[in-house]
Amino acid sequence: MGTVAAHGLCKSFGKVQALDGVTLDVPDGSFFVVLGPSGAGKTTTLRAIAGLEKLDAGSVHLDGRDATGDTPAARDLAMVFQSYALYPRHTVYENIASPLRARRCSSSEIATAVEQMSSLLHIERLLQRRPAQLSGGEMQRVALARALVRRPRAFLMDEPLTNLDLKLRVEMRTELTRIHRSLGATFVYVTNDQVEALSMADQVAVLKEGKVQQVGTPTEVYERPANKWVAGFVGSPPISLLACRAEGDRLVGADGWTLPRPRWTTAEDGRALLLGLRAEDLSVEQRGNASLSGELYGLEPLGDRTVVDVRVGTEILKVKARPTVTGTPGERLLVTVDLDRVHLFDAGTGLSLSEAGR
Amino acid sequence: MAVSVDEAVSTGPARDHTPPARRLGGRGRSVLEIALLTLLAVVMLFPVLWMIETSIKENRDVYAIPAKFFDFTVTLEHYKDVFVAPGGGRSALSVAFLNSVVVAGVSTLLATVLGVPAAWAYSRFAVKAKKDQLFFILSTRFMPPVVVVVPIFLMYRQVGLIDSKLGLILIYAAFNVPFTIWMMKGFVDEVPAEYEDAAMLDGYTRLQAFRLFTLPLLVPGIAATAVFALIFSWNEFVFATFLTSSDDVRTAPPAIAGLIGGTTTDWGLVAAASVVFALPVLVFAYLVRKHLIAGVTLGAVRR
Repeated sequence: MGTVAAHGLCKSFGKVQALDGVTLDVPDGSFFVVLGPSGAGKTTTLRAIAGLEKLDAGSVHLDGRDATGDTPAARDLAMVFQSYALYPRHTVYENIASPLRARRCSSSEIATAVEQMSSLLHIERLLQRRPAQLSGGEMQRVALARALVRRPRAFLMDEPLTNLDLKLRVEMRTELTRIHRSLGATFVYVTNDQVEALSMADQVAVLKEGKVQQVGTPTEVYERPANKWVAGFVGSPPISLLACRAEGDRLVGADGWTLPRPRWTTAEDGRALLLGLRAEDLSVEQRGNASLSGELYGLEPLGDRTVVDVRVGTEILKVKARPTVTGTPGERLLVTVDLDRVHLFDAGTGLSLSEAGR
Repeated sequence: MAVSVDEAVSTGPARDHTPPARRLGGRGRSVLEIALLTLLAVVMLFPVLWMIETSIKENRDVYAIPAKFFDFTVTLEHYKDVFVAPGGGRSALSVAFLNSVVVAGVSTLLATVLGVPAAWAYSRFAVKAKKDQLFFILSTRFMPPVVVVVPIFLMYRQVGLIDSKLGLILIYAAFNVPFTIWMMKGFVDEVPAEYEDAAMLDGYTRLQAFRLFTLPLLVPGIAATAVFALIFSWNEFVFATFLTSSDDVRTAPPAIAGLIGGTTTDWGLVAAASVVFALPVLVFAYLVRKHLIAGVTLGAVRR
């Protein structure tokens, strides 16, 4: 029990096309993350699955059955809202009990279930309070408890951690993963935070402007981005993209640099390309098998590492280095490149050229 | 989060008055201010005061020249006359008051029952040409009653609603529904739609979600709106004068006006009837004053 399949979802709000043919297949029991920047249509996708948004086109299948026209109640899903949407007049207890009351459970059943949930989420002492008397983290737990108190087909979560402070967010990440494991239920989780996506997901769907850019495991999305946009969105610091073209066995940059051409590329000579270099595949400390020369542009110490900005021609490369690295701006530097891990994209379409050869 | 009307209102408007005066210039300014405000208060309140005085004076004091302000004999005779007919039994005025209560109450109830769900629908759903519809609804209030009273009179005569309480109730409700929709839409807009979304995912139907989770949050707004509607119906004079004639149906405003203009006018009775007429609205407005201000600032202005 618990597959969610959305096919060709389309939805526009006035002139804005929020969803433009979104297709997702969420396997039973998976932690499925929908990742994208704000305005990408993530929340609309989730609301469409929940039945809160009327679709212009497309269908939603739950457990293989067409549920496109069903009411939210009939779909048997639970949702955690970004704003938590706790009922302000109800106590925490009543908030958590609400889904059970709607299903006319007996009060002893309700008491047991609420008790169980509140101990799972460590909110036993809050049960008689009202939402206004809770902190953000507590509200989040109550919202989670209200969703988890029954066993729906799937859990929908709309950026549930966004409104929490950083420390709490990291804690709740682990906790949510733990809850997912112990329930074995299907989670559809929307976020704009790639760290959440990469750390929690079984599968990630990257969304941009109402279109699915790529679906895959976190590793696939990170290691083999389908296009330059996914490459740029996933990863921190962001990937550096350099304009270049293939000439024989070399890649020649727009600014005149050359690198050996990776063996796996099939691009014909002269085609305009983008070379994608992740910060951790570059080094200013003489590793790797090829190099670019540039000058030091800036240092960004982050504690556990330092990001070195190196200017190559007119473009800036972000290079990950040890925290001890030092230098003065303008200093000449040699950046070595791990050629086995570079990405190549077509400059026109933005699509990856790396897939085929690997 | 929850929109608590009390919280939204209690501190705001009251506080705004003093600081600008202080900033503009010290004690002189505030003395002038107090003097002007006192003058204004006297001008505004004198008729009210005179009405109350007249209602408790004996007839010879009422007509005394020069007018007596303080040294008159107090009597409650006029108040008795308002309710009791000269020969005993119910007076025509007391029937009129009862009619007013029925007409104002039922028409307000009707307008609220129709207007609140409509406001909710306009706030929550994508309705075709929503703005045009709302403008049309509002436009029915553009014309003053005197302009439409003649056509309505003719229509009412055709369908037999002339000189009936039902006729008045319907016309007052028709006037109050647009007002209720507009004012309540402001209140509904303030309540996040996500409460209803969450409730529907909990397993409630849309109407249950509205009734159980949104409606309780709208109670202050409904109270404010209903009081405005009630005051309109209670005070309405033009329709009541033109559409009713018999004592059984007539509401208080035309009944009180009818006391004036015979060969002699019993001013004591007019004054006493006016006080009785004004009292319920004053008491009611006082009881819900917080929500009334909320209605003005929150419902009407912020959106």
